[in-house]
Amino acid sequence: MGAYIAKRLLAAIPVLFGLTIIVFLIMAMIPGDPATAILGSFATPENVARINRELGLDKSLLEQYFIWIGNLFQGDLGRSYALNRPVLDEVLERFSATLILAGTALILCAIFGLLAGIVSAVRQYGWADKLITLLVLIGISTPSFFLGLLLILVFAVKLKLFPASGMYAIYGGGDLPDLLYHLALPALTLSVVATGVIARLTRTAMLEVLRQDYIRTARAKGLSERKVIYKHAFKSALVGVVPVIGIQAGFVISGAVYVETVFQWPGIGSMLVKAISTRDLLLVQGGVLVVAAAYVLFNLLADVIQTLLDPRLR
Amino acid sequence: MSEHMATDQTGSALLAIDDVERIFGGERKLFGGRTPAVHAVQGLSLDVRRGETLGVVGESGCGKSTLARLVVGLDLPTSGSITFNGEDLAELARKDRNALARKVQYVFQDPVASLNPRKTIRTILEAPLRHLTDMNADARERRLNELLQAVNLAPEFLERYPHEFSGGQAQRIGIARALAAGPELIVLDEPVSALDVSVQAQVLNLLDKLKEEFGLTYIFISHDLSVVESVSDRVAVMYFGRMAELGPSRGIFRAPLHPYTDLLMRSAPAPGRHDLMSEDASAELPDPYDPPPGCAFAARCPNRTDKCVETRPAPDEATGSAPGHIAACHHPLTRA
Amino acid sequence: MSEAALNSQSRPKGKPARPGTATLLLNNTLATSGLIVLTLICLIALAAPVLPLPDPDVTAPANRLIPPFTAGHLLGTDDLGRDILSRLIWGTRVSLAVGLSATFIAALFGSLLGLVAGYAGGRTDALIMRGIDMVMAFPYILLALAIVAVLGAGLLNALYAIALVNIPFFARNIRGMTLGLSRREFVDAARLSGKSPPQILFLEILPNVMPVIVITMSTTVGWMILETAGLSFLGLGAQPPQADLGSILGQGRKVLFTSPHVSVIPGLMIFVLVMSINLFGDGVRDILDPRLRAGSLTRPVARTEVRRDNSAIPKPSARGGVLDVRQMRTEFQVGSSVYKAVGGVDLNLKQGECLGIVGESGSGKSVTAMSIMGLVPTPPGRIAGGAAYLDGEDLFAASDRRVRDLRGGSVAYVFQDPLSTLHPLFTIGEQLKEAITAHQPLSNTQATEKAVELLSLVRMPNARKRLGAYPHELSGGMRQRVCIAMALANDAKVLIADEPTTALDVTVQSQILTLMNGLRRERNSAILFITHDFGVVSALCDRVAVMYAGRIVETGRTEDVLNHPKHPYTAKLIECVPVLGEPERRLDAIEGRPPVVDKLPEGCAFADRCPFVQADCRRGEIDLEMSSPERGVRCLHPLNEEAPA
Repeated sequence: MGAYIAKRLLAAIPVLFGLTIIVFLIMAMIPGDPATAILGSFATPENVARINRELGLDKSLLEQYFIWIGNLFQGDLGRSYALNRPVLDEVLERFSATLILAGTALILCAIFGLLAGIVSAVRQYGWADKLITLLVLIGISTPSFFLGLLLILVFAVKLKLFPASGMYAIYGGGDLPDLLYHLALPALTLSVVATGVIARLTRTAMLEVLRQDYIRTARAKGLSERKVIYKHAFKSALVGVVPVIGIQAGFVISGAVYVETVFQWPGIGSMLVKAISTRDLLLVQGGVLVVAAAYVLFNLLADVIQTLLDPRLR
Repeated sequence: MSEHMATDQTGSALLAIDDVERIFGGERKLFGGRTPAVHAVQGLSLDVRRGETLGVVGESGCGKSTLARLVVGLDLPTSGSITFNGEDLAELARKDRNALARKVQYVFQDPVASLNPRKTIRTILEAPLRHLTDMNADARERRLNELLQAVNLAPEFLERYPHEFSGGQAQRIGIARALAAGPELIVLDEPVSALDVSVQAQVLNLLDKLKEEFGLTYIFISHDLSVVESVSDRVAVMYFGRMAELGPSRGIFRAPLHPYTDLLMRSAPAPGRHDLMSEDASAELPDPYDPPPGCAFAARCPNRTDKCVETRPAPDEATGSAPGHIAACHHPLTRA
Repeated sequence: MSEAALNSQSRPKGKPARPGTATLLLNNTLATSGLIVLTLICLIALAAPVLPLPDPDVTAPANRLIPPFTAGHLLGTDDLGRDILSRLIWGTRVSLAVGLSATFIAALFGSLLGLVAGYAGGRTDALIMRGIDMVMAFPYILLALAIVAVLGAGLLNALYAIALVNIPFFARNIRGMTLGLSRREFVDAARLSGKSPPQILFLEILPNVMPVIVITMSTTVGWMILETAGLSFLGLGAQPPQADLGSILGQGRKVLFTSPHVSVIPGLMIFVLVMSINLFGDGVRDILDPRLRAGSLTRPVARTEVRRDNSAIPKPSARGGVLDVRQMRTEFQVGSSVYKAVGGVDLNLKQGECLGIVGESGSGKSVTAMSIMGLVPTPPGRIAGGAAYLDGEDLFAASDRRVRDLRGGSVAYVFQDPLSTLHPLFTIGEQLKEAITAHQPLSNTQATEKAVELLSLVRMPNARKRLGAYPHELSGGMRQRVCIAMALANDAKVLIADEPTTALDVTVQSQILTLMNGLRRERNSAILFITHDFGVVSALCDRVAVMYAGRIVETGRTEDVLNHPKHPYTAKLIECVPVLGEPERRLDAIEGRPPVVDKLPEGCAFADRCPFVQADCRRGEIDLEMSSPERGVRCLHPLNEEAPA
């Protein structure tokens, strides 16, 4: 098992390297001249050449990549011109905020998605199943940016139960209750779609497993229905659902971009949107890289959990 | 070995398999090393004579299906050669796939799975006529009717879809498709094992009739000894990718040389038979990734000696009284 | 369940084979309402140029932020005084067009990549799929953002971005399917029919993949509309004056607190549009997905439903015995047809006795075995009549709790395929111990000891070591030994074995049969042995019952039935099997096929295939005539009448 995990970790290294290449190439493909972006359109040719030299843009693409990756290993992702601070600092700070938001949403959707899926499958065609199916359909049909706005209108503007934006209160906040208070609406918004997807998949997986021969064997052994469903069937269904939770992490991170924008959550998603509009390319590059790397590692974790569950994969 | 056989029988060799080997896996990996390799078929030599039915028996994993795929060119041997009427089959398959398909055809084990669920029977049966022959539309239509008649199916079946047929009917369609382009050799890969016993007899009788009618040669692959005995002129018994025993059907079933053949025969249940031979539970198949150096059957063999464990017997190590009866065994059974 | 013949039988002509796709879709209320709403939206969007709408882009600062339901502006105006209704309809047009185009682009390229990768295999496959993996290594929005960053903000670029990030979904789905299909035998058959690889890929495989492509499209199109709207909402998609629903919503956000209608209305529109698409898409999926079509996603309940006439429950037979089945009938309700899989079966089993039930697929032999302890899946199965007495207790009247105690306790099962009947994710030790502790209050160590004991009993080498093994690590014969050990865990009075050796090789089969025979003599339990093979019956069973079309047609002591069959079907069934050592025997085939059990003919079900049929065979009910307590035949004109009973 340990050997397997080590092998999977090793296998992730080329993927991470691939990521750096793709990210680097995308940024190199971006039209427009960074020097002009920095200096404005009235820059003198001498100043443009100086900036290009400073940025290493006069070298070949390959050389630029090696310099960039070398700096990367030293924790240097360059400086953000718009914010005038090191990209790494900004990205890490923003990323931790996103991690809180997306992590909470992911936990919520895994718990509620699995629960709803099981209830739906066990009570197939009953009222609970119909209700859940309908809610799931509504959930995955509602754009998260719209849901966020609705929640703000109802819970922040009308009922004044939760704040409309931000991560901490401006005055006197900063502790855990304050964070949870601010987290409630955005985390809920973010988890809705993924909960729906996981619930749907769990239901199908459970129903499929319940038809298997080994479930008949479990019943023929005289096991209680509770054991049949929650031990035998659920474990098999989980093997199929875990990688989907891994993929859903990608959707939750993607959704975070909208939710952060709507709730003005100081996360990496809203940072990226802003950085793209201000063409702060180094910041975009750093942000994309960190998020993608986190996503790769998360999927690795999902893989390992799946392997723990299913001995046939070892 | 081939001359040994060529001299004693009248039929000339239609297909010659010479020292054929097929290895799965064993590819080079990205970072050194190789993926584990399995010898599905190894050191296999045998002739198929024109007009005969050669039965091939063995249990799962013995390589009989690989052999079938090699003969029809769906797979190519890793080493060794297969020649059909003197032409190298691998060469033929590379040069002109269809030339081979015109001569050698295949009937599948699962009749329903071998028919595309989204095509009518007409489309399925017309495909070989269209691609393998140069018949015009009229000739094809005539041929279709001939084929249906040959396999006892009503002409209105042509417009139906595979899911509307029972297993037995689907297998008749499979046989008709194999016959369509007028092949000389048909490989039947477990053609009746997916069928109910009452239908099985219908199909076996049909195959018999068609062989007479069209002068065909069959390679009949099955795990069922009694079926193989009832249809075959000669029989090859395979174990673990190699030939254990080869000879005239009657000779093999009356007086098997190889202890494995004997075990197979005595394990087969039959109406009225009470005492099945049974080995110890520890008798397991050898590991395909780590084949034993000697006889693969040695671990299960009651007559095993050190020689069996150390050296592998040649395919014709032992010979029987009937001409062409050979077995790969150091200590063949003698008639009691 | 080997009784798959239920639906694999060819349907007689004249009867509608199955309801058409359109009919099925319309039967689904939700899908139909989705389709109606969607059609309506599409029609309005298409008609936008001819509808009497104000220009959506003309600003009128004097009329800004008029609330909805005002004359002239049904849905009010936005912060620039533009008519919201008009903007909504024009915006829907744009959103629909973009979403649909993105779906088609993604489906086309994704499917193509998937088809080629799945069919070509090897290097091509590895290369394509590594590329796809690389794309999937990014959360999709990062990729979309990066693409927009490279190409610049704009609706068309957003479309490309969304299409591109969705290509992997199609490619993966289609590749998996293609890979499975290209290993199917019909593809080999097409190769042998002389078809070229492109012909096989596009003419043989593609038609089978098409439903999956349509399903994937119908389930992703709503999502693509959401995503393009999302990019526009962020200001990276549609640029003014062009507007889609997302950008209208995004611009309305500025006045969210003062005039919520400006953003809520387009938001609701997106929701209604996507919801209608998803409802319709689900309907399409339900119809095209073969699993849903075959009902294989309906949850079977823990115990077969019993729906019998309580006033007509047969009494236990006079012969007693451990297991006494009387007039048992089991039916399957599929749509409007009722398949009478078991049509009134009597069985009687004494202690230490082995009774074989022989029949072909569809004869109802497995359903008979499963019905006894209520293991026939409901839906679609139900026990429609009769009784099964275990030591005098009516199993069909027992409580669920009681049945659960008896299952694996007094009555144990061994099933056909030992790979699929063992749970793949639990070690055989866990599964064995579970069978033990479900019925005996033992501690974990005691249960472990008992498990080792059981494995040794079934002659499993290295029993203790094997406890930690998973089913896939054992050979077929060893797995079946585990299943038998599990069945023996609680000293069952009755062992029901449903084709336990059919999936095994012949030498392994003889091992298992020898084992079962030995255990039976040692433990004196009764065995009900289901098989299609008279040879297997000979090796093991004292008595045999032959089933045809859901009924027992002949029963008696094994040698008696084999040597002097009375029913023409039994006689034919014995004669059509080749026998080792008798190669000259001509096989006497039975022409025709068994009747479908949803419309059994009157009289004898075998009449149409019987060489000795007479006029009276096709009339009235024919009884199982018992000539002695053990010997019986359901035939008006039996063979071998002079033979001793």
